[in-house]
Amino acid sequence: MAKGIWIIIEHNQGKIRKVSLELLSQARKMAAQSGEALTAVVLGENVQKLVSEISAYGADKIILAEEPRLAEYTTGAYTSVLNKMIRQEEPRAVLFGHTGMSRDLAPRLAQRLGVGVASDCIGMELAEKTFLQFKRPVYAGKAFAAVAAENCPVMATIRPNTFAVAEPDSSLQAEVAAYSVEIDPQDIWSVIKDVAVAVSKRPELTDANIIVSGGRGMQGPENFALLEALADTMGAAVGASRVAVDAGWLDHEFQVGQTGKTVSPTLYIACGISGAIQHLAGMNSSRYIVAINKDPEANIFNVADYGIVGDLFEIVPLLTQEIKAAVK
Amino acid sequence: MHIIVYIKQTFDTEAQIAVDSNGKIDSNGVHFVVNPYDEYAIEEGVRLKEKFGGDVTVITMGGNRAQDALRTALAMGADKAVLIDDSALEKTDEWVTANVLTQAVASLPYDVIFTGRMAIDDGSGQVGVRVAENLHIPSVTNAVKIEINEKSAVVTQEIDGGTASLEVSLPAVFTAQKGLNDPRYPSVAGMMKAKRKELKKISLTDLGLEKEKLVAKMTVGKYAVSAARQAGKKLQGSSAQQVAELVNLLKTEVKAF
Repeated sequence: MAKGIWIIIEHNQGKIRKVSLELLSQARKMAAQSGEALTAVVLGENVQKLVSEISAYGADKIILAEEPRLAEYTTGAYTSVLNKMIRQEEPRAVLFGHTGMSRDLAPRLAQRLGVGVASDCIGMELAEKTFLQFKRPVYAGKAFAAVAAENCPVMATIRPNTFAVAEPDSSLQAEVAAYSVEIDPQDIWSVIKDVAVAVSKRPELTDANIIVSGGRGMQGPENFALLEALADTMGAAVGASRVAVDAGWLDHEFQVGQTGKTVSPTLYIACGISGAIQHLAGMNSSRYIVAINKDPEANIFNVADYGIVGDLFEIVPLLTQEIKAAVK
Repeated sequence: MHIIVYIKQTFDTEAQIAVDSNGKIDSNGVHFVVNPYDEYAIEEGVRLKEKFGGDVTVITMGGNRAQDALRTALAMGADKAVLIDDSALEKTDEWVTANVLTQAVASLPYDVIFTGRMAIDDGSGQVGVRVAENLHIPSVTNAVKIEINEKSAVVTQEIDGGTASLEVSLPAVFTAQKGLNDPRYPSVAGMMKAKRKELKKISLTDLGLEKEKLVAKMTVGKYAVSAARQAGKKLQGSSAQQVAELVNLLKTEVKAF
């Protein structure tokens, strides 16, 4: 009989990704309601040091799969290890953050297990027949679908910022199990030549709680410095509309919208963005939207909670200055 | 070099989404396009052919209408097209789609398989990877640069916060991310030529698949259109007054700092 809810923990340089803590926090409640155990699964090298933090978020058990070949994520090795682990332990549900890694890993693993995956979910609840039911956006958030699977394990990737992170309790201690890693040689099919992660003090767009975004109205790449200054006063990420990316002002990784990233921060500040339907699709689920645009008829004002009709080159520096003063 | 490109016909990105009385997405009056990420996949396939010789076969699953997407790909330079059209494919999920698309290449030679990183309608981005798993070959998702050598490829992929370069052996599946290339517009001459190129229509029976075994793993219940946001308030007064009010709102209502 399959049992337990598993969270696949993502971590980077000794730091657990926020989305993994969000999943632990939410799954903790669901585990309690359903009488299931909550298990955190960690793959990597030297991951023992993550145990106390994971414990504090209420995991009943932590499975550590430690191996030098798991130090960096590769599809083949991670799929190989998780496939074996899942077949042995038969969890009822396996949940991932909807991150670059999981978008690559979850479908590969699911196909090997012969199961479905609900991708990029923005809601989940307990369901009688299927154990879990998910809400996922389609058409980049213009609509939603309710999805479920009768397969075991139920698998899903959950969008960052969907659930709140609970208060950690350092008195909690999870049972820790070391997993003996075996990787099928034929699963090692890629060689990492280079990994280049931009050293940024700003959060990742999809993780960010606040996003300051610019569009056509920014007029050129040099003016994004204004948005960066504003972003840094609030620990925000910087984003852009398709127009700004297609003009070459910013790299595609900063694009928010239907052919870019879908984001759901608490606060989205749109500067010089007209509000094309493709852009709105990508940021519609932000909790609060602020629009700064000199065109009072701009579509963005139809979705913004607070709108300022004005010249962003005047407003943004003023806003940066005022916020600096306010947070002091 | 034999190149396969999987594509999907999707709603135009400007389409407004409506749900009909059965809780299904209403496609009435919608303009259809080649899934934008698949355009990068087609372009990369055609460029590889131009460089190394060989042929590009473009494959899709869908109704008659999806022929338009295949013709667009042919006009961009693909050589052959396959449409898998079967009434039994009404209710599919990524697992079913991957199994059908895998079977579609079972009798074809292939060195490289491309597809878009995800379709902008269902947004799930699973099929390319699942096909690679079925074929027991490597896959690299979110490719922004691909260098093909004799029997291997060095692929730069977008990862969270940066890029990673991987070397994999061929054949392999690559999913295309924006930035991989600039897709060409089909020329008039290309469109004329496309009309004479082979477009094969096949069913599940033609592929030797049993419909009964293609039962979706995921079940989709009802669709709902996302609630329209209400326009909030436009702030008033001088720039300084508006900014002061906004900062106050960000502090008290949004609790941003």
